[in-house]
Amino acid sequence: MKASAGPVASLHLHTEADVKEIARVAQTLRLDVLKMVYGAQSGHLGGAFSAAEIVASLYWHHLRIDPQVPAWDERDRFLLSKGHASALLYAALARRGFFPVDELPMFRHLGSRLNGHPDRDVPGVEVVAGPLGHGVAVGAGLALGLRMGVGKPSALTAPSGHASRGRVYVLLGDGELNAGVIWEGVMTAAKYRLGNLVAIVDCNGVQQTGATADVMPLEPLADKWRAFNWHVQEVDGHDVGAVLSALHQADDVHARPAVILARTTKGRGVSFMEYDHRWHGGAPDREHYALALAELEEGLAAWSA
Amino acid sequence: MVGLSPMRKAYGDALLELGRRDPKVVALTADVQTSDFSYLFGDEFPDRYFNVGIAEQCLVDVAVGLAHSGLIPFVNTFAVFMASRALEPILTHLCYGRTNVKLMAGYSGISPQMEGPTHHAITDIAVMRSLPGMTVVSPADASAMRALLPQVAAWPGPVYFRFSRNEVPDVFDGEYTPQIGKATQIRDGRDVTLIGVGTLLARCLEAADLLATRGIAARVLDMSTIKPLDSEAVLSAARETRAIITAEEHNVIGGLGGAVAELVAEVGAGVPVRRIGLRDRFAESGGYYEMLDKFGMSATDIAKAAETALASGSRQPTGSRS
Repeated sequence: MKASAGPVASLHLHTEADVKEIARVAQTLRLDVLKMVYGAQSGHLGGAFSAAEIVASLYWHHLRIDPQVPAWDERDRFLLSKGHASALLYAALARRGFFPVDELPMFRHLGSRLNGHPDRDVPGVEVVAGPLGHGVAVGAGLALGLRMGVGKPSALTAPSGHASRGRVYVLLGDGELNAGVIWEGVMTAAKYRLGNLVAIVDCNGVQQTGATADVMPLEPLADKWRAFNWHVQEVDGHDVGAVLSALHQADDVHARPAVILARTTKGRGVSFMEYDHRWHGGAPDREHYALALAELEEGLAAWSA
Repeated sequence: MVGLSPMRKAYGDALLELGRRDPKVVALTADVQTSDFSYLFGDEFPDRYFNVGIAEQCLVDVAVGLAHSGLIPFVNTFAVFMASRALEPILTHLCYGRTNVKLMAGYSGISPQMEGPTHHAITDIAVMRSLPGMTVVSPADASAMRALLPQVAAWPGPVYFRFSRNEVPDVFDGEYTPQIGKATQIRDGRDVTLIGVGTLLARCLEAADLLATRGIAARVLDMSTIKPLDSEAVLSAARETRAIITAEEHNVIGGLGGAVAELVAEVGAGVPVRRIGLRDRFAESGGYYEMLDKFGMSATDIAKAAETALASGSRQPTGSRS
């Protein structure tokens, strides 16, 4: 998919160098996640690996954020609704400068703020998540509030009473779409015509106990979202250029929310984890860890070449 | 005879007044605004009022988002659904995630009367009280509603605010200045303490009158905040009177009675505690006051519990044990 040719803010347009760099970052995040989950002997690899390019595209290109001022009123908000991919979010926030990278090995350790699922004590985490299904409705409320304009007056913000330019991005899992509250939020976002809300679904096709198609069939998924009055795009979620263009195009949608169905592979990057629900949760043993590490490092070397 | 005032009208008016004072106050409903009178807010502030339809989880979630954008959301649905369907996002986002959302739980206890047990909220205090970080408040009358709601708005963090659907007896005059977290002593007495919340506070006062005719002096406390409990007021009652009776429109398990009994037992205060409420059962459809009487929540029941507790109280003055 090409970038939109419309009259849009050019700062969102990306170069081939951007794409290559973001792909390299995504692979770095996968390595972080693998080490964190191995170190904790607990966590979720498959759904973090599938979303690595999406999260890297957001944090290294698309989101308007300032790690030095995490609470900047005008910032874009990212909500990880599929909270079990917490290791991916923590790794991205650390590598983006919200907190020290050397804190990552404390993931899920007693006494660390890097709790099992996203915790608001971690700089850059907007809302807690984990119990699945709440991202769309929480994101809708946030988008409503930002549109109403209640930004606290500060040197960095528009005067109080002006709507924030901040936009809201929510990352969902496809298994998560089983939850009824997702569709309550989807209807609410459409009712209030929230053009400042973008949902990205990490459609990796696999959930905890098997294929999404077996556990609870979702297709035709694009038609479902269209029927709920959302703007819909479908992309290859591992194609960074396609993800960036889709995000860019989603921002151009006015007066209704936009969803990007990102088709991905569960466990992407480690051959024996791909497509396999047994790597949804749980930590690798030493042997599997070494194999996974070698594959991911090989992938990273390819991007760094 | 005391007057009666409609609680939901008092709520709707108080919410509207908050909205006029603070532009950050917004309100949400799960399509019950004509029931709890939150429509009064919506009519004047349509841009600050959101009806998400019959979707209680979504109701709380949208409020969470609004709160994180700097607003003060007041969420409106029936108490029974707030403390059941909407519970998980309340636990996750309001409590664990420290989000400043105010839960307006109208139709408390058996006040939805004719709707029957599916609509009665008889476990909500127990549920909400057990959530870390949650504050639980319930006004006894319209005057208390007007006094407490602005404090709820100003209180840091989530509040569960529980109020009756019906016309309830006026307990307080204009002098009443309650504070969240503090019991209000309405009447002093040295024999027994009656601790009431919500509609049953008026019945505690009636019970105190009944007891007075039998020579028993009852202290009456309004425990409009159930959490954090005013432990000093409870422990004073345990020291200075010989029995404590709690009265609430709720199951006797886990509510005000549970909170008081836990405290008294834990500090070894040694006074008998009797809990007035539904005795671990559902009510039925019927008139409000008739059902309160039928299910053991009459002034006579409260007075009888006081007399029984005093008669059974084994505690002797320390000096007489030898």
